[in-house]
Amino acid sequence: MTQMNEPLLRVDNLTMMYGDRVGCKDVSFELRPGEVLGIVGESGSGKSTLLRSISAQQEPTKGVVEYQTRIDGVRDVYQMSEAQRRLLMRTDWAFVHQNPRDGLRMNVSAGANIGERLMAIGDRHYGNIRSNADSWLGKVEIASERLDDLPSTFSGGMQQRLQIARNLVTSPRLVFMDEPTGGLDVSVQARLLDLLRGLVHDLNLAVIIVTHDLAVARLLSHRLMVMQQGKVIEHGLTDQVLDDPQHPYTQLLVSSILQN
Amino acid sequence: MSEMLHAKNVAKSFTLHTQGSVTIPVFEGIEFMLSAGDCIALTGESGSGKSTFMRMLYANYTCSQGSIKVFHDGDWLDITTASPHSILEIRKRTLGYVSQFLRVIPRVPTLDIVAEPLVALGTDRKAATEKARDLLTRLRIPERLWQLSPLTFSGGEQQRVNIARGFIADYPIMLLDEPTASLDAQNRATVLALIEEAKSRGAAIAGIFHDHETRDAVCTGSFDVTSFKVGTND
Repeated sequence: MTQMNEPLLRVDNLTMMYGDRVGCKDVSFELRPGEVLGIVGESGSGKSTLLRSISAQQEPTKGVVEYQTRIDGVRDVYQMSEAQRRLLMRTDWAFVHQNPRDGLRMNVSAGANIGERLMAIGDRHYGNIRSNADSWLGKVEIASERLDDLPSTFSGGMQQRLQIARNLVTSPRLVFMDEPTGGLDVSVQARLLDLLRGLVHDLNLAVIIVTHDLAVARLLSHRLMVMQQGKVIEHGLTDQVLDDPQHPYTQLLVSSILQN
Repeated sequence: MSEMLHAKNVAKSFTLHTQGSVTIPVFEGIEFMLSAGDCIALTGESGSGKSTFMRMLYANYTCSQGSIKVFHDGDWLDITTASPHSILEIRKRTLGYVSQFLRVIPRVPTLDIVAEPLVALGTDRKAATEKARDLLTRLRIPERLWQLSPLTFSGGEQQRVNIARGFIADYPIMLLDEPTASLDAQNRATVLALIEEAKSRGAAIAGIFHDHETRDAVCTGSFDVTSFKVGTND
């Protein structure tokens, strides 16, 4: 719980241009440990572009991404050496993709998928790796006897939970999620939401989650950022943005949800 | 009695951009305060904006003007200008809210949902669960339902789960939106007892109560929102 009030991540005036076309423009915000930021907006509004630019997958045209590293204090992510950045991305950061196939290696076992991230940070003891992998399977509610099975034999919901285990095994402090419940049916979605919320709380994770599902955003995120045409048009407390939206586009978005 | 919440010169209007950008003024010049041990009934006819005002007090709705100061951790904080982070801290430790809607993740057991606010405050899970059991028992939710999601419950049961969740932590300020609306006499009596207990430990309470009996039984005063209403009176 240290440095609760120090931002873990600071994004300043981030802009990504594709030639003349705006990917995202002038985005600024801070994120603290344990805080979940939702990014919503329709397809093509720049949510995923923003996520990629923050998470060092795509260098922005302009702007700064600063991260409070464990050892070196605050560092500009795009000023780091390639090696430092790669280390950060596979230890302190995690990225959960919408399609588990993008985040898993489908031709090695579930256990190896989890163990691989541990080996990447220098863990060499086979027994430790295996027991750690096994305990993470438990945390994401996958039975131990599936440890040696290939992810391709898993259901979509299980694959998504395995991807989460693979990502969280290195105890990251910041997790990026791109539509993590996107391809799942409703009952599986609920289970994943419950799991994610528990992990966020227990591990004090900071999360940036991109979703087009406002119900998911409401249940998971503390703050919400609404994007339209690459710009953040509204940003605030999640329930305030959803229940008393100020911007015309947010009002349109909220009023378009089917009530249950 | 020590003051816990103070709204000054508060105004609210809604601008509906999807409907020709019409602006609907709701309130103007609200002055409201709550002290420890108070239980103030917000009154006014249906549609007068009682729930809207309560949502403003919880920072669920923004204010167009004015300030709402809340005494939190020894300091006065204005929730109309506080950061999202501060508002969440205030809600976690100072400001409780029993709404009419139960919004939870499907499949999470009732017992966990009720215990959650205490766990968030750092109480260990065992003690929090113990207190959740007590409250659910007092509110007559059968034990066989505790491991199920409340989303499968009846309206009255869901409301009692909401109440248990709202009363599990000893919030210094509590906002109650129709806490007895769909309850039978026995359960209503339990809720009244919970409100009395909260008052006697010094909670400052504002509530919307649909029936006179409840209001007369627990309230120390009332606040008519109608007097601050503006705009359409047709």
